[in-house]
Amino acid sequence: MPSVAELAGYSSRVREALRAAGASVGDRIRISKGDLVVEGILMPRPALGDRDCVVVKLDSGYNIGIRFEEGTTIELLGPGAKPAFARPPKPERKPGLPEVAFISTGGTIASRVEYRTGAVRPALEAEDLYALFPELSDIAFIRAEVLYSLLSEDMRPENWAGMAERAAYYIRNGVDGVVIAHGTDTMTYSAAALSFALRGLSVPVVFVGAQRSSDRPSSDAALNLIGAFVAASRGPFAEVVVAMHEGMGDEAIAIHRGTRVRKCHTSRRDAFRSVNAPQLARVVGMDIQMLTDDYDRRGEGELEVLARFEPRVALLKAYPGMDPGLLDWLVDEGYRGVVLEGTGLGHVGYYMLDAIRRATREGLVVCMASQCIWGRVNMNVYERGRDLLAAGVIPLGDMLPETALVKLMWVLGSLTDDPEEAKALMLKPFAHEVGPRTPISTLAP
Amino acid sequence: MGGEGLDYARLGLKVGLEVHRQLDTAGKLFCSCPTRLRLDEPDLTVLRYLRPTQSEVGEVDRAALFEAQKGKAIVYEAYEDTTCLVELDEEPPHELNREALEIALQVALLLGSRPVDEVHIMRKIVIDGSTPFGFQRTCVVALGGQIDVAGKAIPIQHVGLEEDAARKVGEGPDVVRYRLDRLGIPLIEVATAPVITSPEEAKRVALAIGRIMRATGKVKRGIGSVRQDLNISIEGGAITEVKGVQELELIPKVIENEVRRQVELLRIRDELRSRGLRPDDIRPDIVDATKVFESTSCKLIRKALRAGGVVLALKLPKFSGILAWEVMPGHRFGKELSDIASAWSGLGGIFHTDEVPAYGIKEHEVEALRELVGAGPEDAVVFVAGDEERCRRALLAVLERAKQALIGVPRETRMALPDGRTKFMRPRPGAARMYPETDVPPVKISPDYIEALKEKLPEPPEKLAERLMSKYGLNKKLAWQVIDMEVLELFEKGVEKGVPATVVATTLTETMKSLKRDGFDVDRIGEEQLLELFELIGHGKAFKEAIPDILAYLCKHEGASVEEAIRELGLTAMTEGEIKAVIKKVLQDNEALLRERGEKAFGPLMGAVMKLVRGRADPAKVRELLRQAMRAWAPKGA
Repeated sequence: MPSVAELAGYSSRVREALRAAGASVGDRIRISKGDLVVEGILMPRPALGDRDCVVVKLDSGYNIGIRFEEGTTIELLGPGAKPAFARPPKPERKPGLPEVAFISTGGTIASRVEYRTGAVRPALEAEDLYALFPELSDIAFIRAEVLYSLLSEDMRPENWAGMAERAAYYIRNGVDGVVIAHGTDTMTYSAAALSFALRGLSVPVVFVGAQRSSDRPSSDAALNLIGAFVAASRGPFAEVVVAMHEGMGDEAIAIHRGTRVRKCHTSRRDAFRSVNAPQLARVVGMDIQMLTDDYDRRGEGELEVLARFEPRVALLKAYPGMDPGLLDWLVDEGYRGVVLEGTGLGHVGYYMLDAIRRATREGLVVCMASQCIWGRVNMNVYERGRDLLAAGVIPLGDMLPETALVKLMWVLGSLTDDPEEAKALMLKPFAHEVGPRTPISTLAP
Repeated sequence: MGGEGLDYARLGLKVGLEVHRQLDTAGKLFCSCPTRLRLDEPDLTVLRYLRPTQSEVGEVDRAALFEAQKGKAIVYEAYEDTTCLVELDEEPPHELNREALEIALQVALLLGSRPVDEVHIMRKIVIDGSTPFGFQRTCVVALGGQIDVAGKAIPIQHVGLEEDAARKVGEGPDVVRYRLDRLGIPLIEVATAPVITSPEEAKRVALAIGRIMRATGKVKRGIGSVRQDLNISIEGGAITEVKGVQELELIPKVIENEVRRQVELLRIRDELRSRGLRPDDIRPDIVDATKVFESTSCKLIRKALRAGGVVLALKLPKFSGILAWEVMPGHRFGKELSDIASAWSGLGGIFHTDEVPAYGIKEHEVEALRELVGAGPEDAVVFVAGDEERCRRALLAVLERAKQALIGVPRETRMALPDGRTKFMRPRPGAARMYPETDVPPVKISPDYIEALKEKLPEPPEKLAERLMSKYGLNKKLAWQVIDMEVLELFEKGVEKGVPATVVATTLTETMKSLKRDGFDVDRIGEEQLLELFELIGHGKAFKEAIPDILAYLCKHEGASVEEAIRELGLTAMTEGEIKAVIKKVLQDNEALLRERGEKAFGPLMGAVMKLVRGRADPAKVRELLRQAMRAWAPKGA
């Protein structure tokens, strides 16, 4: 019986004709229309395109679409061979290797293509890592689990908490490091969240993703993963970091601090950049080069998990003509904090001032980061900045707006209910997220 | 050897043809970069490694390929202004180029193919590095149709559109360099059914398909713009896919060579069987023979050993003499093993006992080697020098290929060489190497659009030839030459300069061909130079008799102007006075003849004058002046 899900992309009349013929996806069919007769394998309907077009894989391997019209006939010729994922054999555990936990949360990196349809499925059992990336078996003994199969845009703060709890579980069980596979879009939010939530880390926690899906031979997944496992198993640091390509080429993997990294390009492999702080380290082959001395050393911490994130915190980007009603709405809805992504050194239009004053008066923590991304806010230079300070806005120095959002959620969720205390905590560094010095060469190339 | 003695009908030759041609579109197939090749140094390079993904070929091939590719770095060369992030696989592809699709559909309609209702882009796995993606994007735009060649209907399987691969610009043992300028240029593909039964017929079919493609006026010209792939099989053999035949003239030779190869491989199989060899007799016993060559005078082996390498050897029982068996002209069975060993290992090649002592390898070394592996006089020994892991891979590939020799012709993809021979590229992939390109939406082709295209289809080649004959008075041969040598545009421009059509056509076809035959590099002649030449002829400042000399000069002096050629060759147009002076001199020198034969002396005298003014004067003018002079002379002489 044809599966409903598989035929779901087709229009109702095509579905009807396919059902009448008894044809499911993967079956061999003949479709005839006038003098055109085509035989091949029935394919699922891609989301885009004409839902009346039946997609057939020809014997040459090509797919084509034939529009189902008045007089088109579909015959079932025979069942198709169901594709099986031939799992390569698992390598043996090599003695004496460091132990690394691998937590898969979804995204491109933890996916494999179903070659028949081209669908990229997150069905990869984490155990398959060895088989797909045999190099890993020389780097670490892996304890793997699939925690989520989420697109990174679907992540929520409770997922950060989930990741923190699982990472802590493995660390308490003695692993030498943790690798977390994550979709790239919101990976830096998660990395910042775990940077705050995992207090007293003793081992590296490495987020890793891929900008090119792992179904293609050119995917960056393999090299990123290898770099992540090298960093997790051998890194001398005990921080939450992100491991991604350092350049467009395959020379090196960059290790960025979780609170200081931002996705700065929609598609390039080297989209991730350390902002307002030096890159933490670089992995070349099996070598780890530390690029700064200022880092938390491996093995020095006593782990504590503080993983509650207050969801009623918002990030508002200032723009010309911004409606103060946006902020009023947040206040009315009972929000507890707002990070303003101000212009330049940390400004908003004068028309926002009253709404901001009302927000702070009603107990919201209002902070300021800059939409310039690079550089730090300074609200003493211009009058508007001084007005905002007087209105109770907290300037966050060189903290990234996204990191500021996560931090405010964490401070209000895990540390305090008191707005005044929260304001003070926002200025206190917990995970290198804010610093007193702006290094000279920190603008992206 | 060649094609003599091959009875193609009896051998059951079947050839299918795939003609690929670059389209001259403004943008590439999946991005908006110009379709232009670059000769200058790249602005940046990017280093990558490709990894095979699951199920692109068989599992065994996959493993082998993985091993073969492991550690091989690929360097891509890119340009800021003519390549973008799409070529570098740093940005998803854009939508299918509609200009290219339209050209492909025009070709399809000219061939009577039926456009599909929706075009689906596929990814074809290619992991030699020629695309940074690890696959080539390709699609079928129409099915069916036929082309009539010499009274035989050749069915068309499909008309497709694909992106060209990057251009290989260098290769070492550990790194291969590709330039991204060519990557993404649209290629139209027309594939015929395997119904072609002779080498010459294949050439005629390719020519006919090429004419249809050119009829669109939107294809690229010149070296590398056309590539023909041939699927060749004989009864009892296997389908060999030969890729990348660039020249039409080479097609028959490639087919002859491949047929010869398959015939010889089948004979080798029979010979091995008659020697009583069984597949299991070929044992994977690889022996370290480094000691044998410790003090060898073979430079290649010495170099490998100095670099810390080894010599490994493999016995091929009952193969003595087989490796020296010629399977193509100048291409022995040993070369088949060698090519496959290089492909899998990256090593330069193999040595074997059918060709040594040679290369500095001495008789006593060969004897020691034979003794070491336990090879008798009926056996052959293959050995390789280099990195141990690579040597092992090379010999395992040799082993597999030797086993296949007992079965017959292996299914493989071969690369065409410029001399008409072929070389192993890779095993033939299965249909599994094709899967959907999910980043590019399918393209709907509406019946209205097709009807509109049908209204304005380009002139089919036969119509064009007829027009050239009726409009310009060209004969049939010249008309087709203008079409086939792709000089139509230049021809029409030349005629506009006031030069007789036949002169322009002859210059662009016959004269160029004969210069090429005489060893001149006619590719050095630019279009502007040809147009300058026609301009000067049109204005009576140069004459058609001087054309071959002028063109020959231009071949030897790249970048020279036609005026300079004329000056240097002493072919500057003569004034009427100068011509008259020559005539006067000739008449004086031939007074006796003139007196004796009167007006009948015109022929020989004209010849004598032309000998002195050829290329510098219009023969009609000379004729007129000579007649005048003779008339003036006669009364005086009488």
